[in-house]
Amino acid sequence: MNNQRRTVLKSGSGAALLGILASAGIITPGMALAEWNKAAFDAKSMADTLKALGAGTPTESKDVQVTGPDIAENGAVVPVGVTSTLPNVTMMAILIEKNPNALAASFTLPEGTEANVQTRVKMGQTSNVYALVKSGDKFFMATKEIKVTLGGCGG
Amino acid sequence: MAANPMKIRASNKDGVTEVKVLISHEMETGQRKDASGAIVPAWFITELTAKHNDRVVLGAEFGTAVSKNPYLAFRFKGGAKGDKVTVSWKDNKGETRTDEAAIA
Repeated sequence: MNNQRRTVLKSGSGAALLGILASAGIITPGMALAEWNKAAFDAKSMADTLKALGAGTPTESKDVQVTGPDIAENGAVVPVGVTSTLPNVTMMAILIEKNPNALAASFTLPEGTEANVQTRVKMGQTSNVYALVKSGDKFFMATKEIKVTLGGCGG
Repeated sequence: MAANPMKIRASNKDGVTEVKVLISHEMETGQRKDASGAIVPAWFITELTAKHNDRVVLGAEFGTAVSKNPYLAFRFKGGAKGDKVTVSWKDNKGETRTDEAAIA
C-alpha cells in the first residue's frame, strides 16, 4: 500500500489514479468497517460466498425453508424469509445465486431467538434463492426459485 | 438521510415477541448509473443490532441486495408488555441510527 501511495504522489495525478484504484476495487468505501464480513459480501459466486462464510458444502435439508413468492413482479422488492426447525440455529443467511454478489443478508441468532426471519431483497433476474442455516457446527441449506418479471438492479 | 426514524412494532403473544422493523434508508447498490452515466456510489446499511432491554436478540449484516427502506421481521422468546426493544444500524458511510419501541 505504501508503494502505491508513493506512485500516486510521484505521478502528480493523485485523483485520477485514486479513481482507477477505486474502480479496480482496490479501494472501496466499505474497507474501513471491521466487523462486517466484507469477503462474504464481495464474493460473486455461490461457492466463494459459502467459503467466505466458512460454510464449506452445506447439506440440503428439508428442515430449512425459504419463503417467498413463486413469481416476483418487482425485483426491487421481493419478500424473502428463512425458517428452520433445526435446533441451536446460530446463523442464517440469504443468498441469491444470480445477483452480482450472491450474499444478500446474514443474521446472527442468539439463544432464544427463533429461526424465523423475514426481509425484503432485490433480485436482478430470475434466480435460485438459497437459505443457509448453521445449526450446531453444521451448515444446512434449502433452495427456492423465484421468477422475476422486472429486475431490481437499475435496469 | 438518516433523519427519518425507524418504524418498530413489537408484540408479545404466548411468550413470544414478534418484532417488525421498517427502516428508512436508500440502500443504493453502487451499480446504478445516474442520467449522466456516472455510477451512483453504494450507500447501504451494513450492520444492524436488535436488543430486548439490554440483551441482544438479533444481529444482522446486510449487503447491497437488501431492498430500499429495509423491512425485517423476527421473533424471540420472552419479552413482556412495556419492555423496550431497541434497534440500531450502521451504514457504509458510518452513519448510525437507533430507535426504540415498547412491546405491546
